[in-house]
Amino acid sequence: MGVATAVRSAAAGLAWYVKGVMGEDAYDKYRAHHEAVHGTAAAVPVMTEREFWRDQTDRQDTNPQGRCC
Amino acid sequence: MGATSKIPHDAIDDPDLTQDPALPPVALDPRIHEAEEAHWTPVKVAIWVAIALLGGLSWVMLAVVRGETVNAIWFVFAAICTYLIGYRFYSNYIQKHLLRPDDRRATPAEYKADGKDYAATDRRVLFGHHFAAIAGAGPLVGPVLAAQMGYLPGTIWIIVGVVFAGAVQDYLVLFFSMRRGGRSLGQMARDELGRVGGTAALLATLTIMVIIVAILALVVVNALAESAWGVFSVGMTIPIALFMGCYLRFLRPGKVTEISIIGFVLLIAAIVGGGAISETTWGAALFTIDKVPLAIGIIVYGFIAAILPVWLLLAPRDYLSTFMKIGTIGMLAIAIIIVRPEILVPAVTEFASSGAGPVVSGTLFPFLFVTIACGALSGFHALIASGTTPKLIEKERQSRFIGYGGMLMESFVAIMALVAALSIDQGIYYAMNASPALTGGTVQGAAAFVNGLGLTGVSVTPELLTQTAINVGEESIVSRTGGAPTLSVGLANIMQQVAGGSGMMAFWYHFAIMFEALFILTAVDAGTRVARFMLQDSLGNIFPKFKDTGWRTGAWICTGIMVAAWGAVLVMGVTDPLGGINTLFPLFGIANQLLAAIALAVCMAIVAKRGLFKYIWIVALPLGFAAVVTITASILKIFSTVPSVGYFAQNAAFSNALAAGETSFGTATSVEAMEAVVRNTMVQGILSIVFVTLAVVVIFTALQATWNAWKTHASATSEDPAVPSRMFAPSGIMATPAEKATQALWDALPKTGKRKAREH
Repeated sequence: MGVATAVRSAAAGLAWYVKGVMGEDAYDKYRAHHEAVHGTAAAVPVMTEREFWRDQTDRQDTNPQGRCC
Repeated sequence: MGATSKIPHDAIDDPDLTQDPALPPVALDPRIHEAEEAHWTPVKVAIWVAIALLGGLSWVMLAVVRGETVNAIWFVFAAICTYLIGYRFYSNYIQKHLLRPDDRRATPAEYKADGKDYAATDRRVLFGHHFAAIAGAGPLVGPVLAAQMGYLPGTIWIIVGVVFAGAVQDYLVLFFSMRRGGRSLGQMARDELGRVGGTAALLATLTIMVIIVAILALVVVNALAESAWGVFSVGMTIPIALFMGCYLRFLRPGKVTEISIIGFVLLIAAIVGGGAISETTWGAALFTIDKVPLAIGIIVYGFIAAILPVWLLLAPRDYLSTFMKIGTIGMLAIAIIIVRPEILVPAVTEFASSGAGPVVSGTLFPFLFVTIACGALSGFHALIASGTTPKLIEKERQSRFIGYGGMLMESFVAIMALVAALSIDQGIYYAMNASPALTGGTVQGAAAFVNGLGLTGVSVTPELLTQTAINVGEESIVSRTGGAPTLSVGLANIMQQVAGGSGMMAFWYHFAIMFEALFILTAVDAGTRVARFMLQDSLGNIFPKFKDTGWRTGAWICTGIMVAAWGAVLVMGVTDPLGGINTLFPLFGIANQLLAAIALAVCMAIVAKRGLFKYIWIVALPLGFAAVVTITASILKIFSTVPSVGYFAQNAAFSNALAAGETSFGTATSVEAMEAVVRNTMVQGILSIVFVTLAVVVIFTALQATWNAWKTHASATSEDPAVPSRMFAPSGIMATPAEKATQALWDALPKTGKRKAREH
């Protein structure tokens, strides 16, 4: 029981870390930010997941990030 | 002096930063941090004494004992213990006296938060991000080439250099950019140094970018030329990336980890498949490509990749590259610790003093310090540390862990690359890294050349070279210059002892080639894009239409100019009768170190304007060193009368031979080749002059700004105004007891949309 929980929480921690480093949590962060600022009311529409990822790569088109040598 | 008292964050009760009383503390009083650090429990003392003793012992084993062989584990211990001490004590000193972070101030990620570009990111995640962005092929290639001077000079420079120079630069630039809303190095240069210094910094950055992209591309061409297996598997990364891009765009947006795993599996399949295909007649015929057509292929690829939308090629390959980078580096670290290879290379070879090394020409000073750029001090990091990372950082104090700590990790990568290169047979090392002009490109020629070097304990037979080539699944390993193939042989050699045995060497070799090519191609593509925007921005000052980055024609013209610029240097490198890498690599290192000097000069001006003259030596030390090294190296490259070192001396030697009507000279066997040398050395010489002139202008304007600040005692700041923070997060990798207590207060808050740091 104790071991299973520890393994599960270690796996969850690893998944959280990998997703964070790969940037997979970007949409969740955007949603959380949007809710914190605008609330859940639809005064300012929130982008859907698909719209968000499109917007993200399209922004990178006009604002490229360097990669190191 | 005395101006220090004017620094606003010195006053702990700064009224501007009064925090919301309804919230738990957003920052710990700096005195609590200091008390925690000063609290030396017996266990803590024992741990640090152990670290110091182990580190000391390792350095003694490396530098003093210098037995017949030395075990690789001492490199690992010397590095890790020195990093720990440097991080704990030196970076703490810098934090306390020079930077003085104030966690009561909101970072750009908080006060400019938009949930996209500016978004507070967990420090440990951001550390991974930042490391993935700064680590590239540089720290893998430079140490391999510098291994010809022996293991000791490179090891000392990588480890000591990072503690006092590289990590300091990264930390300072990250911190100063964070205080300025994530402004880029170019913008900071303009703010601090004025128009002349700023423009010189911008021009230098642009030309340095061109040369760096060109030489990275040259490394890839050298690794893939004549290798059907390599060309196939690296070529397959393009359709794999396109597939991943479409998957993320149309099928499952945002499933980044999932598609990266799928991409990784496809990548491994491409490596395995490449082995089979290279053995078929049609495969060998189709994918065995000479250097020149391969270079042209990469130039065409570079242009197309830079104008395609990001989502299609760059973004997916970037995911793949991050995945491979962190995975492979972790794997190599574990393998080195398990295998603990014996190093047969002497501590210092005669090439360190004679400067006649076949891999790169020149004596230890200054050429060791420009050959190993990344890993010890890399100016390119300043472009990453300003811009992306500062917009994501949660709290000011975290900049130490991310900036200083991230660079220590990169330095460790360089140490592992050095160990991998040192662990292969010395004879093979020289046969692989001497230019084709010296070896004739044959196993017999290479063996004759290596055995003729007259180095004690270094010999090689044609049979050994042929057998090694067969082991790694290549036609030949003679004169595979550029560092990447050597590193791959070293990595394959170490990995096969952990997994797969000698039968797996060919797989590991091509895995390593793939790993390097992947992020070099990403750097080429991203570098071209960044350079294109810089060019458009500059041209826009004269022709306003260029400022519009959405203007297709303008974008294509500027991309074309940048690709043509690095493409010309690349073609020059692959056709160079003198060997290419050995003449061009110093230019890469000089360019990178000059960029570091520029970044440090900007930092020095900022420190001076803050009035912190008592601690300015922290910046002046690495700046002075980088300036002396690069200016000396440039002057030697320009004025040296030794043809293998000085570009113009070489130029004159070949011009005179041509004028005398000779049809072959040195390693050039035809009039065309001689003319090529004359042309190449002229271009390389002019580039050296341009770099050093621009850097001197920047350093001079920084000295002027520093002097003015000293004279007038005025502390000016170009920082963004301080905004009180409304969040809390620990500063280092582990939360201290006081930080945990404060974190608990935040965790106990009712959920009101406040961010909560995850602990596990």
